[in-house]
Amino acid sequence: MGKPKVAFYWCASCGGCEEAVVDLAEDILTVVDAVDIVFWPVAMDFKKKDVQAMDDGAIAVSFINGAVRTDEQVEMVELLRKKSGLVVAFGACAHIGGIPGLANFSNSKEILNTLYRDLDTVDNKEGVIPQTRTKVKSGEVTLPRFHNTVKTLDQVIDVDYYLPGCAPPPDLIMGAINAILKGELPPKGSVLAPEKSLCDSCRLNKTKPEKLTMKEIKRPHEIKIDPDLCFLAQGLICLGPATRSGCGERCINANMPCRGCFGPVGNVVDHGAKILSSIASILGMENEEAVTEEEVDILLDGIVDPGGLFYMYSLPSSLLKRKKSD
Amino acid sequence: MKKDPKIIVFCCNWCSYAGADNAGVAKVQIKPHFRIIRTMCSSRIDPELIIEAFKKGAWGVLVLGCHPGDCHYKNGNYKTLRKVKLLKRMLAQFGIEDDRLRLDWVSSNEGEKFGKVVNKMIDDIEKLGPLDLSYAETEVE
Ligand code: SF4
Ligand code: SF4
Ligand code: FES
Repeated sequence: MGKPKVAFYWCASCGGCEEAVVDLAEDILTVVDAVDIVFWPVAMDFKKKDVQAMDDGAIAVSFINGAVRTDEQVEMVELLRKKSGLVVAFGACAHIGGIPGLANFSNSKEILNTLYRDLDTVDNKEGVIPQTRTKVKSGEVTLPRFHNTVKTLDQVIDVDYYLPGCAPPPDLIMGAINAILKGELPPKGSVLAPEKSLCDSCRLNKTKPEKLTMKEIKRPHEIKIDPDLCFLAQGLICLGPATRSGCGERCINANMPCRGCFGPVGNVVDHGAKILSSIASILGMENEEAVTEEEVDILLDGIVDPGGLFYMYSLPSSLLKRKKSD
Repeated sequence: MKKDPKIIVFCCNWCSYAGADNAGVAKVQIKPHFRIIRTMCSSRIDPELIIEAFKKGAWGVLVLGCHPGDCHYKNGNYKTLRKVKLLKRMLAQFGIEDDRLRLDWVSSNEGEKFGKVVNKMIDDIEKLGPLDLSYAETEVE
C-alpha cells in the first residue's frame, strides 16, 4: 500500500493557514516522508481535474482552511469531500468563520458596491460591479457567485475534525497529523484542542483578583498594558474566559488580550453571547447597588462595537449567524 | 391566517414568578400569547438563552426579576440589568428591533404590574410581527 494521500485547500482565508503548514519547519519533512501530498494549490501544481480523476475516498485526509462564500469554494469543498476519507476544518475560518465571517454584519451587495463603486480611491465612472456572466467581444466570461453569507466549512459539507486557531499552532497540527497516521483519533466532530478555557492555562490567571471587577472599559491603545496582570483586571476586554485553550497564549504573551480565535470552550455554542455575559457581569460590579441605570449606560459606552468584538472570529457559527438582511 | 404572537417571559423564582402567581389569584386579565420559563434568579438568564428563544420562534423575550435591592441572591438583578442592556446593543447590530427584548422588575405582590407589563409587551410585539430569522439559513441575493 502506498503512503496516505493528503490534500490541502483554501477558501476565504488570508494564507496564514498555508503559512502555518510551512512553519512546521523540520517537522514538515516528517510529514512529507509519511504522506503523499496530492493537491495543494498554494505550493504545488495540481489541477482540479487531477482531483476529479481520483477515485472517491482516495484521499486519506483533506485539510481545508478558510470560510466559504463563493460558488467556486462550494464546488471545490464538495469535490474534496467526495474524494476524501476525512475532512479536517483547518483554522479559525473553516472552523467558526474567522475574520472573513465578520462580513456577515454586511451583505454581498453592500460589499461589492463599497469595494467597486463607492470608495474614494475607486476610479469606476461607469459603476461597473462584477457580474457572474459578462459578454465580451470574444464571448462570455464568468465569475463565481459571491454569496450573501459567509459560512463555516461544516455548514457546507460534513466535517470530521476541527483544528482551531488563527492559525493553528504547529504542535496541534503535528498532533493531529500523528493521530491520523496512527489511527488514534477522538470521536468524529471533535475539536483537536483542549476543552478547557484559555484562562485555565494562562500564566496571568493567578494574578486575577478573587473578586474580579472592571471599573471601566479600556482599549488596548489607551493604556500602557502591564504584561504581568490579567487583562480583565486592567479593564481590557479579554475573551480568554470563553475561549478554548491550546494556542499557547500567543496573544497574551505578546501583551495583547485574547480575541477568541480558538472558538468557544467545549459545551458553549455561542461564543459571543458567552463572553458578553461574563463581561457584563463584572463590569461596574463594585458597589453595583449604587450604580444608576444612566451610569450603566455610560459604562457600556466603553464597548464601542460589542458584536464585532465578541464575535470577532465566530460570527458565522453563532446562533444568529448574520445581520438581518432584506 | 393571522398568527398569534409568541412571547417568552423569563421569571425569577422569588419575586416575578410569585408576581405572576399573584396575578392569577387576583384574576388579572392577561392575553394568552406568552409562556413563562422560571429560573432561580434573573441573572441565570444567559444571553445565549435569550438568543435561543428568538431562534426557536419567540417574537419577543421579556425578562422579569426582583426590584433592585430585592434579589434573593442580593446582587443577581444588577448583573441582569447590565447583561440585558449590553445584549440589546448587540442585537441592534444584528438588525433585531429594540422592543423585542425587554427587562422589568416585578415583586411578589405586583400581580397587577405583571399583567400590565406582559400585556404591553404582547401589544407592542404584535405590531412588530414575527421575528423572521430564516434569512440566516437561506441564501438571499
Ligand atoms: S482573562 Fe485573559 S489575561 Fe486574564 S487569565 Fe484569562 S486569558 Fe489570561
Ligand atoms: S490568545 Fe486568543 S486570539 Fe490569541 S491566539 Fe490564543 S485563542 Fe487566538
Ligand atoms: S432572585 Fe429575583 S432577580 Fe435574583
